[in-house]
Amino acid sequence: MDYFLNLVNTIGIHTLLGLSAYILLLTGQLSLAQAGFFAVGAYTAAVLTVILGWGILPAIGLAMLITGLLAFLVGFPALRVRGLMLVVATLAFGEFVRMFFYNFRWRVTQEGVEVGPDGTMGFSEIRYFAEHGWTSWEVTSLIWVFVILVMAIIWWADQTRSGAVLRAVGEDELAAGTVGIDVTVVKMAAMTAGGVIAGLAGSLYAHQITMLDHHAFTVLLATFAIAYPILGGVSNVFGTLVAVIFIQGLLVEGLRFLGDWRMLLFGALIIVVMNVKPRGLFDSQTLRWIKSVLRLHLSRRIS
Amino acid sequence: MLEVKSLSKHFGGVQAVRELDLAVNAGDIFGVIGPNGSGKSTLVNLISGVFPATTGEIHFQGQSLSNLSPHARVRAGVARTFQNIRLFPGLTVWQNLWVARNSTEDTRAEGISFRWFRKSGPVKNEIDAMLEFSGLADKGDELASNLAFGEQRRLELARAAATKPRLLLLDEPAAGMNQEEVRDLGRRIRELRQQGMTIILIEHVMELVMGITDRIVVLNFGSKIAEGEPAAIRKDKSVQEAYLGQSEDG
Repeated sequence: MDYFLNLVNTIGIHTLLGLSAYILLLTGQLSLAQAGFFAVGAYTAAVLTVILGWGILPAIGLAMLITGLLAFLVGFPALRVRGLMLVVATLAFGEFVRMFFYNFRWRVTQEGVEVGPDGTMGFSEIRYFAEHGWTSWEVTSLIWVFVILVMAIIWWADQTRSGAVLRAVGEDELAAGTVGIDVTVVKMAAMTAGGVIAGLAGSLYAHQITMLDHHAFTVLLATFAIAYPILGGVSNVFGTLVAVIFIQGLLVEGLRFLGDWRMLLFGALIIVVMNVKPRGLFDSQTLRWIKSVLRLHLSRRIS
Repeated sequence: MLEVKSLSKHFGGVQAVRELDLAVNAGDIFGVIGPNGSGKSTLVNLISGVFPATTGEIHFQGQSLSNLSPHARVRAGVARTFQNIRLFPGLTVWQNLWVARNSTEDTRAEGISFRWFRKSGPVKNEIDAMLEFSGLADKGDELASNLAFGEQRRLELARAAATKPRLLLLDEPAAGMNQEEVRDLGRRIRELRQQGMTIILIEHVMELVMGITDRIVVLNFGSKIAEGEPAAIRKDKSVQEAYLGQSEDG
Protein backbone atom coordinates (compact mmCIF):
# COMPACT_ATOMS: atom_id res chain seq x y z
CA MET A 1 0.00 0.00 0.00
CA ASP A 2 2.77 2.42 0.92
CA TYR A 3 4.48 1.69 -2.35
CA PHE A 4 1.28 2.61 -4.15
CA LEU A 5 0.80 5.77 -2.10
CA ASN A 6 4.40 6.81 -2.72
CA LEU A 7 3.78 6.51 -6.44
CA VAL A 8 0.63 8.61 -6.12
CA ASN A 9 2.62 11.20 -4.13
CA THR A 10 5.34 11.28 -6.76
CA ILE A 11 2.75 11.76 -9.50
CA GLY A 12 1.18 14.63 -7.56
CA ILE A 13 4.49 16.38 -6.89
CA HIS A 14 5.67 15.95 -10.47
CA THR A 15 2.35 17.25 -11.75
CA LEU A 16 2.95 20.45 -9.79
CA LEU A 17 6.49 20.62 -11.17
CA GLY A 18 5.14 20.10 -14.70
CA LEU A 19 2.50 22.79 -14.20
CA SER A 20 5.18 25.27 -13.13
CA ALA A 21 6.83 24.72 -16.52
CA TYR A 22 3.41 24.69 -18.24
CA ILE A 23 2.75 28.33 -17.33
CA LEU A 24 6.07 29.39 -18.80
CA LEU A 25 5.48 27.27 -21.87
CA LEU A 26 2.19 29.11 -22.43
CA THR A 27 4.18 32.30 -22.92
CA GLY A 28 6.61 30.47 -25.20
CA GLN A 29 9.46 30.22 -22.67
CA LEU A 30 11.37 26.97 -22.29
CA SER A 31 12.88 27.03 -18.80
CA LEU A 32 15.31 24.51 -17.31
CA ALA A 33 15.33 26.47 -14.05
CA GLN A 34 12.29 24.70 -12.59
CA ALA A 35 14.41 21.99 -10.91
CA GLY A 36 16.39 24.80 -9.27
CA PHE A 37 13.25 26.47 -7.89
CA PHE A 38 12.06 23.02 -6.80
CA ALA A 39 15.31 22.53 -4.87
CA VAL A 40 15.12 25.96 -3.25
CA GLY A 41 11.53 25.26 -2.18
CA ALA A 42 12.52 21.87 -0.78
CA TYR A 43 15.49 23.10 1.26
CA THR A 44 13.70 26.25 2.47
CA ALA A 45 10.63 24.43 3.73
CA ALA A 46 12.72 21.67 5.31
CA VAL A 47 14.97 24.16 7.12
CA LEU A 48 11.87 25.93 8.43
CA THR A 49 10.22 22.82 9.87
CA VAL A 50 13.38 21.00 11.03
CA ILE A 51 15.62 23.78 12.35
CA LEU A 52 13.16 26.57 13.14
CA GLY A 53 10.33 24.29 14.18
CA TRP A 54 7.64 25.88 11.97
CA GLY A 55 4.38 24.18 11.10
CA ILE A 56 4.09 22.59 7.69
CA LEU A 57 1.66 25.10 6.15
CA PRO A 58 3.54 28.30 7.11
CA ALA A 59 6.77 26.61 5.99
CA ILE A 60 5.25 25.79 2.59
CA GLY A 61 3.87 29.31 2.33
CA LEU A 62 7.19 31.03 3.02
CA ALA A 63 9.02 28.59 0.71
CA MET A 64 6.61 29.51 -2.09
CA LEU A 65 7.13 33.20 -1.39
CA ILE A 66 10.90 32.87 -1.47
CA THR A 67 11.02 30.81 -4.68
CA GLY A 68 8.59 33.25 -6.28
CA LEU A 69 10.84 36.15 -5.36
CA LEU A 70 13.88 34.25 -6.61
CA ALA A 71 12.13 33.46 -9.91
CA PHE A 72 11.26 37.12 -10.26
CA LEU A 73 14.90 38.14 -9.74
CA VAL A 74 16.22 35.41 -12.04
CA GLY A 75 13.62 36.39 -14.62
CA PHE A 76 15.01 39.87 -15.18
CA PRO A 77 18.33 38.84 -16.73
CA ALA A 78 17.06 35.50 -18.06
CA LEU A 79 14.15 36.91 -20.05
CA ARG A 80 16.38 39.34 -21.89
CA VAL A 81 17.47 36.33 -23.92
CA ARG A 82 15.16 33.99 -25.73
CA GLY A 83 14.98 30.59 -27.36
CA LEU A 84 18.11 28.49 -26.98
CA MET A 85 19.94 31.15 -24.99
CA LEU A 86 17.16 31.11 -22.41
CA VAL A 87 17.51 27.32 -22.16
CA VAL A 88 21.25 27.70 -21.54
CA ALA A 89 20.77 30.54 -19.02
CA THR A 90 18.14 28.68 -17.00
CA LEU A 91 20.17 25.47 -17.15
CA ALA A 92 23.12 27.37 -15.67
CA PHE A 93 20.87 28.68 -12.89
CA GLY A 94 19.67 25.15 -12.08
CA GLU A 95 23.24 23.88 -11.76
CA PHE A 96 24.17 26.92 -9.68
CA VAL A 97 21.41 26.08 -7.20
CA ARG A 98 22.38 22.43 -7.09
CA MET A 99 26.03 23.24 -6.41
CA PHE A 100 24.95 25.71 -3.73
CA PHE A 101 23.11 23.00 -1.83
CA TYR A 102 25.98 20.59 -2.47
CA ASN A 103 28.08 22.94 -0.30
CA PHE A 104 25.33 24.21 2.01
CA ARG A 105 25.87 23.17 5.63
CA TRP A 106 23.77 24.36 8.58
CA ARG A 107 23.86 21.86 11.46
CA VAL A 108 22.18 22.50 14.78
CA THR A 109 21.76 20.25 17.78
CA GLN A 110 18.23 19.58 18.89
CA GLU A 111 17.57 17.33 21.89
CA GLY A 112 21.07 15.87 21.58
CA VAL A 113 20.72 15.08 17.88
CA GLU A 114 22.44 17.01 15.12
CA VAL A 115 20.03 17.98 12.33
CA GLY A 116 20.02 20.19 9.23
CA PRO A 117 21.53 20.21 5.76
CA ASP A 118 24.98 18.67 5.70
CA GLY A 119 26.54 19.62 2.35
CA THR A 120 27.52 16.58 0.32
CA MET A 121 25.86 14.27 2.84
CA GLY A 122 22.48 15.78 2.04
CA PHE A 123 19.69 16.82 4.36
CA SER A 124 18.18 13.84 6.13
CA GLU A 125 15.72 13.35 8.96
CA ILE A 126 13.04 15.73 7.70
CA ARG A 127 10.57 14.09 10.00
CA TYR A 128 7.76 16.61 10.31
CA PHE A 129 5.01 14.19 9.23
CA ALA A 130 6.30 11.30 11.36
CA GLU A 131 6.77 13.51 14.45
CA HIS A 132 3.28 14.95 14.16
CA GLY A 133 1.59 11.62 13.61
CA TRP A 134 0.45 12.07 10.02
CA THR A 135 -0.59 8.85 8.33
CA SER A 136 0.48 8.08 4.76
CA TRP A 137 -3.08 8.75 3.62
CA GLU A 138 -3.06 12.19 5.18
CA VAL A 139 0.23 13.07 3.51
CA THR A 140 -1.10 11.95 0.14
CA SER A 141 -4.29 13.93 0.70
CA LEU A 142 -2.32 17.08 1.54
CA ILE A 143 -0.27 16.76 -1.66
CA TRP A 144 -3.34 16.20 -3.82
CA VAL A 145 -5.30 19.04 -2.26
CA PHE A 146 -2.52 21.29 -3.50
CA VAL A 147 -2.42 19.59 -6.91
CA ILE A 148 -6.16 20.02 -7.41
CA LEU A 149 -6.03 23.59 -6.11
CA VAL A 150 -3.23 24.59 -8.49
CA MET A 151 -4.84 22.81 -11.44
CA ALA A 152 -8.13 24.55 -10.71
CA ILE A 153 -6.47 27.96 -10.47
CA ILE A 154 -4.56 27.54 -13.74
CA TRP A 155 -7.64 26.16 -15.48
CA TRP A 156 -9.67 29.10 -14.25
CA ALA A 157 -6.98 31.60 -15.25
CA ASP A 158 -7.06 30.10 -18.72
CA GLN A 159 -10.74 31.03 -19.04
CA THR A 160 -10.05 34.68 -18.26
CA ARG A 161 -8.63 37.44 -20.36
CA SER A 162 -5.28 37.09 -18.54
CA GLY A 163 -5.02 33.50 -19.75
CA ALA A 164 -5.67 34.60 -23.31
CA VAL A 165 -2.97 37.26 -22.92
CA LEU A 166 -0.45 34.63 -21.73
CA ARG A 167 -1.21 32.51 -24.77
CA ALA A 168 -1.08 35.52 -27.10
CA VAL A 169 2.50 36.21 -25.96
CA GLY A 170 3.37 32.56 -26.57
CA GLU A 171 1.83 32.65 -30.05
CA ASP A 172 3.53 35.79 -31.34
CA GLU A 173 5.53 38.16 -29.14
CA LEU A 174 5.81 40.86 -31.77
CA ALA A 175 2.09 40.86 -32.52
CA ALA A 176 1.35 40.84 -28.78
CA GLY A 177 3.40 44.02 -28.36
CA THR A 178 1.60 45.71 -31.23
CA VAL A 179 -1.82 45.13 -29.66
CA GLY A 180 -0.64 46.81 -26.47
CA ILE A 181 0.43 43.83 -24.35
CA ASP A 182 3.49 44.51 -22.19
CA VAL A 183 5.37 41.35 -23.12
CA THR A 184 8.03 41.74 -20.42
CA VAL A 185 5.46 42.07 -17.64
CA VAL A 186 3.56 39.02 -18.88
CA LYS A 187 6.71 36.91 -19.08
CA MET A 188 7.85 38.04 -15.62
CA ALA A 189 4.44 37.18 -14.19
CA ALA A 190 4.62 33.71 -15.74
CA MET A 191 8.18 33.23 -14.47
CA THR A 192 7.17 34.25 -10.93
CA ALA A 193 4.06 32.07 -10.90
CA GLY A 194 6.14 29.17 -12.22
CA GLY A 195 8.65 29.72 -9.40
CA VAL A 196 5.91 29.77 -6.76
CA ILE A 197 4.44 26.48 -8.01
CA ALA A 198 7.85 24.80 -8.30
CA GLY A 199 8.58 25.95 -4.74
CA LEU A 200 5.33 24.39 -3.57
CA ALA A 201 6.22 21.13 -5.32
CA GLY A 202 9.68 21.17 -3.74
CA SER A 203 8.47 21.83 -0.20
CA LEU A 204 5.97 18.96 -0.45
CA TYR A 205 8.68 16.73 -1.91
CA ALA A 206 11.10 17.45 0.95
CA HIS A 207 8.63 16.37 3.62
CA GLN A 208 7.27 13.41 1.72
CA ILE A 209 10.70 11.94 0.86
CA THR A 210 12.22 13.05 4.26
CA MET A 211 15.73 13.23 2.81
CA LEU A 212 17.21 15.72 0.33
CA ASP A 213 20.25 15.08 -1.80
CA HIS A 214 21.61 17.35 -4.52
CA HIS A 215 21.53 14.39 -6.92
CA ALA A 216 17.75 14.67 -7.00
CA PHE A 217 17.91 18.13 -8.59
CA THR A 218 19.99 17.50 -11.68
CA VAL A 219 19.16 18.46 -15.23
CA LEU A 220 17.18 15.20 -15.48
CA LEU A 221 14.56 16.65 -13.14
CA ALA A 222 14.55 19.90 -15.12
CA THR A 223 14.03 17.87 -18.30
CA PHE A 224 11.14 15.99 -16.69
CA ALA A 225 9.59 19.33 -15.70
CA ILE A 226 9.41 20.59 -19.29
CA ALA A 227 8.76 17.15 -20.79
CA TYR A 228 5.39 16.85 -19.01
CA PRO A 229 3.71 19.91 -20.56
CA ILE A 230 5.42 19.29 -23.90
CA LEU A 231 4.17 15.69 -24.03
CA GLY A 232 0.78 16.59 -22.61
CA GLY A 233 0.38 19.64 -24.77
CA VAL A 234 -0.53 23.12 -23.60
CA SER A 235 -4.17 23.13 -24.65
CA ASN A 236 -5.14 22.41 -21.04
CA VAL A 237 -3.78 21.42 -17.61
CA PHE A 238 -5.03 17.84 -17.79
CA GLY A 239 -2.52 17.03 -20.51
CA THR A 240 0.29 17.61 -18.01
CA LEU A 241 -1.34 15.30 -15.44
CA VAL A 242 -1.80 12.55 -18.04
CA ALA A 243 1.81 12.94 -19.18
CA VAL A 244 3.05 12.60 -15.58
CA ILE A 245 0.97 9.47 -15.01
CA PHE A 246 2.28 8.08 -18.27
CA ILE A 247 5.95 8.84 -17.58
CA GLN A 248 6.13 8.27 -13.80
CA GLY A 249 3.52 5.55 -13.57
CA LEU A 250 4.19 3.60 -16.75
CA LEU A 251 7.73 4.37 -17.87
CA VAL A 252 9.56 4.85 -14.57
CA GLU A 253 7.59 2.47 -12.30
CA GLY A 254 5.90 0.08 -14.70
CA LEU A 255 9.10 -0.69 -16.56
CA ARG A 256 11.34 -0.86 -13.48
CA PHE A 257 12.55 -4.32 -14.53
CA LEU A 258 14.39 -2.65 -17.42
CA GLY A 259 16.65 -0.74 -14.99
CA ASP A 260 18.29 2.40 -16.28
CA TRP A 261 17.40 1.45 -19.84
CA ARG A 262 14.03 3.08 -19.15
CA MET A 263 15.61 6.50 -19.54
CA LEU A 264 16.41 5.54 -23.12
CA LEU A 265 12.70 5.04 -23.71
CA PHE A 266 11.98 8.42 -22.14
CA GLY A 267 14.22 10.17 -24.66
CA ALA A 268 12.83 8.13 -27.54
CA LEU A 269 9.28 8.93 -26.43
CA ILE A 270 9.89 12.69 -26.56
CA ILE A 271 11.41 12.40 -30.04
CA VAL A 272 8.50 10.29 -31.30
CA VAL A 273 5.83 12.59 -29.84
CA MET A 274 7.51 15.73 -31.17
CA ASN A 275 7.50 14.22 -34.64
CA VAL A 276 4.06 12.69 -34.64
CA LYS A 277 2.26 15.26 -32.50
CA PRO A 278 4.24 18.49 -32.47
CA ARG A 279 1.61 20.24 -30.34
CA GLY A 280 1.63 17.57 -27.63
CA LEU A 281 -0.31 14.36 -27.07
CA PHE A 282 -3.42 16.26 -26.08
CA ASP A 283 -3.56 19.01 -28.67
CA SER A 284 -6.88 20.60 -29.51
CA GLN A 285 -7.31 18.31 -32.51
CA THR A 286 -7.00 15.16 -30.39
CA LEU A 287 -9.32 16.60 -27.77
CA ARG A 288 -11.95 17.27 -30.41
CA TRP A 289 -11.55 13.70 -31.65
CA ILE A 290 -11.97 12.31 -28.12
CA LYS A 291 -15.06 14.47 -27.61
CA SER A 292 -16.62 13.35 -30.88
CA VAL A 293 -15.96 9.69 -30.05
CA LEU A 294 -17.56 10.14 -26.63
CA ARG A 295 -20.55 11.89 -28.15
CA LEU A 296 -21.00 9.12 -30.70
CA HIS A 297 -20.74 6.53 -27.95
CA LEU A 298 -23.33 8.32 -25.83
CA SER A 299 -25.78 8.86 -28.66
CA ARG A 300 -25.57 5.17 -29.56
CA ARG A 301 -26.39 4.25 -25.98
CA ILE A 302 -29.40 6.49 -25.96
CA SER A 303 -30.87 5.25 -29.25
CA MET B 1 -1.40 64.83 -35.28
CA LEU B 2 1.64 62.82 -36.36
CA GLU B 3 4.88 64.62 -37.12
CA VAL B 4 7.94 62.87 -38.46
CA LYS B 5 11.12 64.94 -38.55
CA SER B 6 14.23 64.00 -40.56
CA LEU B 7 13.72 60.32 -39.79
CA SER B 8 16.42 57.90 -40.98
CA LYS B 9 16.95 54.19 -40.64
CA HIS B 10 20.07 52.30 -41.70
CA PHE B 11 20.35 48.53 -41.87
CA GLY B 12 24.12 48.11 -42.07
CA GLY B 13 25.02 49.89 -45.29
CA VAL B 14 21.45 50.04 -46.57
CA GLN B 15 19.55 53.27 -46.03
CA ALA B 16 15.94 52.14 -45.81
CA VAL B 17 14.57 55.55 -44.85
CA ARG B 18 16.55 58.78 -45.25
CA GLU B 19 15.82 62.21 -43.80
CA LEU B 20 12.08 61.81 -44.08
CA ASP B 21 9.67 64.56 -43.03
CA LEU B 22 5.96 63.86 -42.73
CA ALA B 23 2.96 65.59 -41.23
CA VAL B 24 -0.36 63.80 -40.96
CA ASN B 25 -3.51 65.75 -40.06
CA ALA B 26 -6.09 64.37 -37.66
CA GLY B 27 -8.98 62.71 -39.47
CA ASP B 28 -7.10 62.12 -42.70
CA ILE B 29 -6.68 58.95 -44.63
CA PHE B 30 -3.06 59.39 -45.54
CA GLY B 31 -1.60 57.27 -48.34
CA VAL B 32 2.04 56.18 -48.57
CA ILE B 33 3.06 54.65 -51.87
CA GLY B 34 6.29 53.78 -53.60
CA PRO B 35 7.99 50.90 -55.39
CA ASN B 36 9.11 47.78 -53.53
CA GLY B 37 12.00 48.52 -51.20
CA SER B 38 11.26 52.22 -51.04
CA GLY B 39 11.01 52.13 -47.24
CA LYS B 40 7.24 52.07 -46.71
CA SER B 41 7.14 49.09 -44.35
CA THR B 42 10.23 50.38 -42.56
CA LEU B 43 8.33 53.61 -41.93
CA VAL B 44 5.45 51.66 -40.33
CA ASN B 45 7.91 49.67 -38.20
CA LEU B 46 9.57 52.89 -37.06
CA ILE B 47 6.31 54.59 -36.12
CA SER B 48 4.98 51.50 -34.32
CA GLY B 49 8.30 50.94 -32.54
CA VAL B 50 9.15 47.49 -33.87
CA PHE B 51 12.69 48.79 -34.22
CA PRO B 52 14.29 52.12 -33.28
CA ALA B 53 15.16 54.88 -35.72
CA THR B 54 18.80 55.60 -36.46
CA THR B 55 18.18 59.34 -36.25
CA GLY B 56 15.17 61.63 -36.30
CA GLU B 57 12.05 62.25 -34.26
CA ILE B 58 8.48 61.01 -34.26
CA HIS B 59 5.90 63.13 -32.45
CA PHE B 60 2.34 61.98 -31.91
CA GLN B 61 -0.15 64.48 -30.49
CA GLY B 62 2.76 66.53 -29.20
CA GLN B 63 4.34 63.54 -27.43
CA SER B 64 7.65 62.05 -28.57
CA LEU B 65 7.31 58.35 -29.38
CA SER B 66 11.04 57.74 -29.73
CA ASN B 67 11.63 56.19 -26.32
CA LEU B 68 8.38 54.24 -26.08
CA SER B 69 8.24 50.48 -26.53
CA PRO B 70 5.70 49.03 -29.00
CA HIS B 71 3.04 48.34 -26.36
CA ALA B 72 3.40 51.83 -24.90
CA ARG B 73 2.84 53.32 -28.35
CA VAL B 74 -0.37 51.31 -28.65
CA ARG B 75 -1.49 52.72 -25.32
CA ALA B 76 -0.59 56.20 -26.56
CA GLY B 77 -3.00 55.54 -29.43
CA VAL B 78 -1.00 54.14 -32.37
CA ALA B 79 -2.02 50.71 -33.71
CA ARG B 80 -0.97 48.80 -36.81
CA THR B 81 -1.52 45.77 -39.01
CA PHE B 82 1.16 43.70 -40.71
CA GLN B 83 1.90 43.13 -44.37
CA ASN B 84 2.18 39.39 -43.68
CA ILE B 85 -0.75 38.80 -41.34
CA ARG B 86 0.26 38.22 -37.71
CA LEU B 87 -2.73 36.95 -35.78
CA PHE B 88 -2.61 34.72 -32.72
CA PRO B 89 -3.39 31.56 -34.70
CA GLY B 90 -4.02 29.31 -31.68
CA LEU B 91 -6.53 31.69 -30.11
CA THR B 92 -10.13 31.97 -31.16
CA VAL B 93 -11.40 34.95 -33.16
CA TRP B 94 -13.07 36.23 -29.99
CA GLN B 95 -9.87 35.93 -27.96
CA ASN B 96 -7.86 37.70 -30.66
CA LEU B 97 -10.06 40.75 -30.19
CA TRP B 98 -10.31 40.29 -26.43
CA VAL B 99 -6.54 40.51 -25.77
CA ALA B 100 -6.31 43.67 -27.89
CA ARG B 101 -8.46 45.60 -25.42
CA ASN B 102 -5.59 46.96 -23.36
CA SER B 103 -6.15 50.66 -23.18
CA THR B 104 -9.63 50.51 -21.70
CA GLU B 105 -10.39 51.02 -18.02
CA ASP B 106 -12.41 47.85 -17.60
CA THR B 107 -9.60 45.48 -18.65
CA ARG B 108 -8.31 45.32 -15.10
CA ALA B 109 -11.52 43.81 -13.83
CA GLU B 110 -11.78 41.75 -16.99
CA GLY B 111 -8.32 40.28 -16.36
CA ILE B 112 -9.60 37.89 -13.73
CA SER B 113 -13.26 37.67 -14.66
CA PHE B 114 -14.39 34.34 -15.94
CA ARG B 115 -14.93 33.66 -19.63
CA TRP B 116 -18.54 32.64 -19.07
CA PHE B 117 -19.37 35.97 -17.50
CA ARG B 118 -18.52 37.69 -20.75
CA LYS B 119 -21.76 36.45 -22.29
CA SER B 120 -23.29 39.79 -21.45
CA GLY B 121 -22.23 43.32 -20.62
CA PRO B 122 -20.38 46.13 -22.37
CA VAL B 123 -17.31 44.01 -23.24
CA LYS B 124 -19.39 41.51 -25.12
CA ASN B 125 -21.36 44.22 -26.91
CA GLU B 126 -18.18 45.93 -27.98
CA ILE B 127 -16.48 42.79 -29.26
CA ASP B 128 -19.67 41.63 -30.95
CA ALA B 129 -19.78 44.97 -32.73
CA MET B 130 -16.17 44.42 -33.87
CA LEU B 131 -17.11 40.94 -35.15
CA GLU B 132 -20.07 42.41 -36.98
CA PHE B 133 -17.84 45.12 -38.44
CA SER B 134 -15.42 42.55 -39.83
CA GLY B 135 -18.14 40.21 -41.10
CA LEU B 136 -17.09 37.47 -38.69
CA ALA B 137 -20.19 37.49 -36.48
CA ASP B 138 -20.70 33.72 -36.73
CA LYS B 139 -16.99 32.84 -36.39
CA GLY B 140 -16.28 34.05 -32.86
CA ASP B 141 -15.35 30.62 -31.54
CA GLU B 142 -13.30 29.53 -34.56
CA LEU B 143 -9.52 29.35 -34.18
CA ALA B 144 -7.93 32.22 -36.07
CA SER B 145 -5.79 29.73 -37.99
CA ASN B 146 -8.95 28.15 -39.44
CA LEU B 147 -10.08 31.38 -41.11
CA ALA B 148 -9.78 31.94 -44.84
CA PHE B 149 -7.16 34.44 -45.99
CA GLY B 150 -9.60 37.33 -46.51
CA GLU B 151 -11.19 36.68 -43.11
CA GLN B 152 -7.77 36.72 -41.45
CA ARG B 153 -7.07 40.14 -42.99
CA ARG B 154 -10.41 41.44 -41.72
CA LEU B 155 -9.76 40.02 -38.25
CA GLU B 156 -6.33 41.66 -38.11
CA LEU B 157 -7.88 45.01 -39.03
CA ALA B 158 -10.54 44.54 -36.35
CA ARG B 159 -7.91 43.54 -33.80
CA ALA B 160 -5.93 46.71 -34.46
CA ALA B 161 -9.14 48.75 -34.21
CA ALA B 162 -10.02 46.99 -30.94
CA THR B 163 -7.08 48.75 -29.24
CA LYS B 164 -9.08 51.94 -29.84
CA PRO B 165 -6.29 53.84 -31.60
CA ARG B 166 -6.29 57.47 -32.70
CA LEU B 167 -3.87 56.58 -35.47
CA LEU B 168 -4.06 53.33 -37.40
CA LEU B 169 -1.18 52.17 -39.62
CA LEU B 170 -2.21 49.74 -42.34
CA ASP B 171 0.68 47.97 -44.06
CA GLU B 172 -0.59 46.76 -47.44
CA PRO B 173 -3.99 45.61 -46.19
CA ALA B 174 -5.21 44.82 -49.70
CA ALA B 175 -2.35 42.49 -50.66
CA GLY B 176 -3.73 39.31 -52.17
CA MET B 177 -7.33 40.52 -52.32
CA ASN B 178 -9.67 40.42 -55.30
CA GLN B 179 -11.49 43.54 -56.55
CA GLU B 180 -14.61 42.98 -54.53
CA GLU B 181 -12.62 42.44 -51.35
CA VAL B 182 -10.63 45.61 -52.05
CA ARG B 183 -13.84 47.66 -52.37
CA ASP B 184 -15.08 46.06 -49.18
CA LEU B 185 -11.83 47.01 -47.42
CA GLY B 186 -12.18 50.59 -48.65
CA ARG B 187 -15.62 50.79 -47.03
CA ARG B 188 -14.27 49.46 -43.74
CA ILE B 189 -11.38 51.92 -43.71
CA ARG B 190 -13.77 54.82 -44.29
CA GLU B 191 -15.96 53.53 -41.49
CA LEU B 192 -12.98 53.48 -39.11
CA ARG B 193 -12.20 57.06 -40.08
CA GLN B 194 -15.78 57.97 -39.27
CA GLN B 195 -15.27 56.45 -35.82
CA GLY B 196 -12.55 59.06 -35.32
CA MET B 197 -9.40 57.28 -36.40
CA THR B 198 -6.68 58.84 -38.50
CA ILE B 199 -5.34 56.31 -40.97
CA ILE B 200 -2.00 55.86 -42.69
CA LEU B 201 -2.47 53.51 -45.61
CA ILE B 202 0.51 51.85 -47.24
CA GLU B 203 -0.60 50.19 -50.39
CA HIS B 204 0.31 48.94 -53.85
CA VAL B 205 -3.28 48.65 -55.03
CA MET B 206 -3.75 52.02 -56.75
CA GLU B 207 -7.50 51.70 -57.03
CA LEU B 208 -7.75 51.71 -53.25
CA VAL B 209 -5.17 54.43 -52.60
CA MET B 210 -6.50 56.80 -55.24
CA GLY B 211 -10.08 56.09 -54.18
CA ILE B 212 -10.05 56.79 -50.46
CA THR B 213 -7.01 58.86 -49.45
CA ASP B 214 -7.00 62.60 -48.75
CA ARG B 215 -3.26 63.03 -49.21
CA ILE B 216 -0.52 60.86 -50.60
CA VAL B 217 3.23 60.74 -50.03
CA VAL B 218 5.40 58.96 -52.57
CA LEU B 219 8.63 57.33 -51.39
CA ASN B 220 11.52 56.15 -53.50
CA PHE B 221 14.77 54.77 -52.09
CA GLY B 222 13.70 55.93 -48.63
CA SER B 223 13.15 59.57 -49.60
CA LYS B 224 10.02 61.55 -50.26
CA ILE B 225 9.75 62.37 -53.98
CA ALA B 226 6.24 63.83 -54.02
CA GLU B 227 3.35 64.77 -51.78
CA GLY B 228 -0.14 65.98 -52.56
CA GLU B 229 -3.75 65.10 -53.28
CA PRO B 230 -4.44 61.91 -55.22
CA ALA B 231 -5.31 63.73 -58.45
CA ALA B 232 -2.07 65.72 -58.36
CA ILE B 233 0.01 62.63 -57.57
CA ARG B 234 -1.56 60.80 -60.49
CA LYS B 235 -0.28 63.50 -62.84
CA ASP B 236 3.13 63.96 -61.26
CA LYS B 237 5.91 63.13 -63.75
CA SER B 238 8.53 61.96 -61.26
CA VAL B 239 6.01 59.68 -59.61
CA GLN B 240 4.99 58.12 -62.90
CA GLU B 241 8.62 57.46 -63.68
CA ALA B 242 9.44 56.00 -60.31
CA TYR B 243 6.38 53.97 -59.70
CA LEU B 244 3.06 54.19 -61.45
CA GLY B 245 4.19 53.30 -64.96
CA GLN B 246 6.16 50.41 -63.69
CA SER B 247 3.31 49.13 -61.54
CA GLU B 248 0.65 49.32 -64.22
CA ASP B 249 2.80 47.32 -66.64
CA GLY B 250 3.34 44.59 -64.10
